[in-house]
Amino acid sequence: MKRRLTIPSPNRRGFLAGMAGLFGTASLGGCDKIANSAWGTRTLKAGEDANLYVQRLLLTPSSLAREFAETDISKWFKPNGTIDPEDTPYKALAAKNFSTYTLRVDGLVENSLDLSLDELRTLPARTQITRHDCVEGWSAIGKWTGVPLAELLKKASLKPQARYIVFHCADTMEYAPADAADAQGDGDAPAGKPIRYYESIDLTDAFHPQTILAYDMNGHPLPISNGAPLRLRVERQLGYKQAKYIMRIEVTDSLGHVGQGNGGYWEDNGYEWYAGI
Amino acid sequence: MFRHPLVIRVAHWINVVCLAVLLMSGLQIFNAHPALYWGSQSTFDTPALAITDDQTDSGASRGIMQIGGHTFDTTGWLGLSTYQGETLSRAFPAWITLPANQNLAQGRRWHFLFAWAFVINGLIYLLYGIGSGQLRRRIIPDGDQIRHFGASIREHILLRFPKGEEARRYNVLQKLTYLVVVLVLLPMMLLTGLGMSPGVNAAFPVILDVLGGRQSARTLHFITVNLLVLFVIVHVLLVIVSGLWNNMRSMVTGWYAIEGETRRDGEIVR
Repeated sequence: MKRRLTIPSPNRRGFLAGMAGLFGTASLGGCDKIANSAWGTRTLKAGEDANLYVQRLLLTPSSLAREFAETDISKWFKPNGTIDPEDTPYKALAAKNFSTYTLRVDGLVENSLDLSLDELRTLPARTQITRHDCVEGWSAIGKWTGVPLAELLKKASLKPQARYIVFHCADTMEYAPADAADAQGDGDAPAGKPIRYYESIDLTDAFHPQTILAYDMNGHPLPISNGAPLRLRVERQLGYKQAKYIMRIEVTDSLGHVGQGNGGYWEDNGYEWYAGI
Repeated sequence: MFRHPLVIRVAHWINVVCLAVLLMSGLQIFNAHPALYWGSQSTFDTPALAITDDQTDSGASRGIMQIGGHTFDTTGWLGLSTYQGETLSRAFPAWITLPANQNLAQGRRWHFLFAWAFVINGLIYLLYGIGSGQLRRRIIPDGDQIRHFGASIREHILLRFPKGEEARRYNVLQKLTYLVVVLVLLPMMLLTGLGMSPGVNAAFPVILDVLGGRQSARTLHFITVNLLVLFVIVHVLLVIVSGLWNNMRSMVTGWYAIEGETRRDGEIVR
């Protein structure tokens, strides 16, 4: 039986090339190689750049994260990351119920500040019931009371070069490999210098009305597991941006000198600096 | 006949790559917290779905999937699986996640980059499809097709594929399936994905009003991708049984061979 076709004979070369390309990309074994190469990392980062750029276009300073009702508050607000800092200096503060704690604000400011917890509590406060979204995928709702970061920054008065707000925290995440210079550094370190949590945001988020330094959670002083005595709430980003155990706020013009230069502990471990998605 | 214009062919294969990367990196992201919930927040004690591993009474490890109150043993596939000779406690097995090892940060990078490619590709496809009339011609059933809906289903079940003139257009089931995939499931993936972004939530709170909360958005993202995987399986199977070579050629070169109907005496009617 003869078949009559209504088409010219197939373009075999084009077809085979297409199939080869398809299977080439579909065999994703090579993906790890791509992801771990310098150009691959840069290329993969393009998605993050697009996220930041587009979200900055969409979000105005007045775009607020949703605020919930008292009845929505999670029965258990899952503490994550560090939940009980092992650091001796922190333990000493906790033993005295943080009565000797001071928050330092310095860097590119006209007036450096040292504020006790009581002093922070006398500043204007904001209370908000918001949803906390962990990068892992879960969400919890909590009520936060604290001083708007904008209040502190106005008090300290930023210098014109100021671009970023860096948070230095009390909790050690890991110890840098020991070397001769650091070996007798901090007394509590078993190996090298302790790498304590650090995070950063830019001025757009720093001056957002919902960006606060919270000292209360659900109407009570912040528990240690959730970041006592002071943690950041930057509500339009994911959980790892919400730095806990804040000891010092540094105003800078770049993130180059912070950790390995990506702006935060998790950022130096491959996570996006802009965590709005 | 010339079936697939260049834009549609290119968009199709770009979409194949995007969806493969998005699926595999998405499973990597899911593995970071392999449980689903409904509403705004995570009710950790009562997940709608959870994939984990535990020990049986005899002390052996097993992978389990819990849906509602039911537990299924999924050892080897979900919860507990083997990769390169190693038994891993992993919700989705390493061989299907991108990257293979547990690396949420890198999984997210793959996911977002290819999400952008998927969105741009999808927009080009839709703009071209609407502008050229291809979309309406391809995926909106014609009046006579709707009238013969029952007969179409019967022919489809018997794997009798249209020949001659009738093969110049998709049959009614094909059209409806592509309609749902292109205009419902794929946009739903984007919408539920955006619904998980705290930034987008602040810009467009209405998205979560519609989806029922962020954890609902995550669950719907998961359900929708399951429907898409189901579609791809059926799609590929039907491509194979209805003429693999002809179908592949048409999606690569654009040309699709129409088989004439064969009369009893062997003559071909065109």
